Amino acid sequence: MKKLFKINEQDNVYVVKVPLTKGELLEIEGQQIVVPYDLGRGHKLAACDIPKGEQVFKFGLPIGSATIAIQIGEHVHLHNLKSNYLPTYSKDDRFNQ
Amino acid sequence: MIDLTNKADVPSLGLGYLRPDGGKGIRNVVLVAYLVECARHVAQKIVQQFDEQEVHLIGFSGCYPNKYAETMMKALCTHANVGAVLLLSLGCESFNGKGLLETVQATQRPVKLIGIQETGGTGKAIAAGKAFIQQVQNQIKSCARIPLTWSDLIVGVVSGGSDATSGITANPAAGLAFDKLVSLGASTIFENTGEMVGLEDDLKRRATRSDLGIELKRTIEKAAAFYEAMGHGSFAPGNAEGGLSTLEEKSIGAYCKSGSAPIVGLLKPGDKPTVPGLYLMDIVPDGKPTFGFPNPNDISEINELIASGAQCVLFTTGRGSVAGSAIAPVIKIMANPENYYRMEENMDINAGKILQDEASLDDIANEIVAKIQQVVAGEKTKAEQLGHFEFSLAYKFFEPLGPSCLA
Repeated sequence: MKKLFKINEQDNVYVVKVPLTKGELLEIEGQQIVVPYDLGRGHKLAACDIPKGEQVFKFGLPIGSATIAIQIGEHVHLHNLKSNYLPTYSKDDRFNQ
Repeated sequence: MIDLTNKADVPSLGLGYLRPDGGKGIRNVVLVAYLVECARHVAQKIVQQFDEQEVHLIGFSGCYPNKYAETMMKALCTHANVGAVLLLSLGCESFNGKGLLETVQATQRPVKLIGIQETGGTGKAIAAGKAFIQQVQNQIKSCARIPLTWSDLIVGVVSGGSDATSGITANPAAGLAFDKLVSLGASTIFENTGEMVGLEDDLKRRATRSDLGIELKRTIEKAAAFYEAMGHGSFAPGNAEGGLSTLEEKSIGAYCKSGSAPIVGLLKPGDKPTVPGLYLMDIVPDGKPTFGFPNPNDISEINELIASGAQCVLFTTGRGSVAGSAIAPVIKIMANPENYYRMEENMDINAGKILQDEASLDDIANEIVAKIQQVVAGEKTKAEQLGHFEFSLAYKFFEPLGPSCLA
């Protein structure tokens, strides 16, 4: 069973379908990826390299911009993606802008 | 596999109830409506005498006047699924019971207004209400039946109790089902403009008329300003733990319930679709925030869709809502496969199969359309089987719709 899926063909992220565990091996677009830490369902992994400032697409629509260059297979979340609208409040202060 | 583009595959919807005012219902409900909290007990006692008999309780608790509540009650008491109405007034509340009575009378539905003070108290009011319902139950059995077509249908969609799976299974599947319903000629309504911040330009792009597009965009800007004034952002830390990174990502996860059809109109609660197609409902009050949050609970959202004519409502959930409605069947679509098996008793559709490679989004969308067809034709939803006939109506304020909102 595939562990990742893309919601819309235009998307540059995959969505995690089944919980992933640290160290697990995955293949994204022919590249081997090592899962860096446990990731729950619904989290996102880059489907290609995303340069800093580029839009991240999910559902075929932009969900924010990359704050740093993101490599294929990397976890895409608060540490490298920011809203184009309101900053996201997190209980983890490292991510509060 | 159902091919909805093939006419022979388009399923029959069975016989609906043709009301004297032209409304076409899929249920034949008797409503018992209290017009102030003080009349609720009497109304509830009357409903309890008719368990399992499509006699359901609705009402408005407040004693202070509210135009929105009166508009909602008028729309709900004359809804196509409603066969007859009993109104329960204490006698001194400010709700315009006579105005509501006259509105229902004008649709030629059997209706009665009982004033508890005037009738002489609890026991007498209950007896009078019971007698009225026994009499109208026979009367509405003879309501004319007509074959329904998809263009007779208005279907709403809401979500509640969402989790990280909602936006990737149940919501996009509901959106695809909405596309199929629109192509079959039905009208569909999506709502919760408070959760569409970030999508104003996409909404504008989807409008069939440029003036409507401007209205749609303005509606979302109004919602953003309202929530800002309330001091509440629609993004909780729990959302980020579930893998959502930004407000617009969360918005899109909810927005994809609307599918991809062009948007033909903007409604406020109680306004009816004028042509078939997809509508956005503006649920955020106009003016300064006065009465609190626009969507105090899921039940009020379901109700607003029903007040705009929805005969049936799709409800997507990830954690597991159990809600139903006093007036229209509510079809539960569960996004999360584990929670589906935990709460199967309450769920009509398992969209979680998508995450287990057992179904595609399109398979689930077809299941949803098939379920709507069965429910319209009379099959009871899980909520109906379990006796979930919830109702909730709070204070709100709306200006009338602008001229460019409807075709």
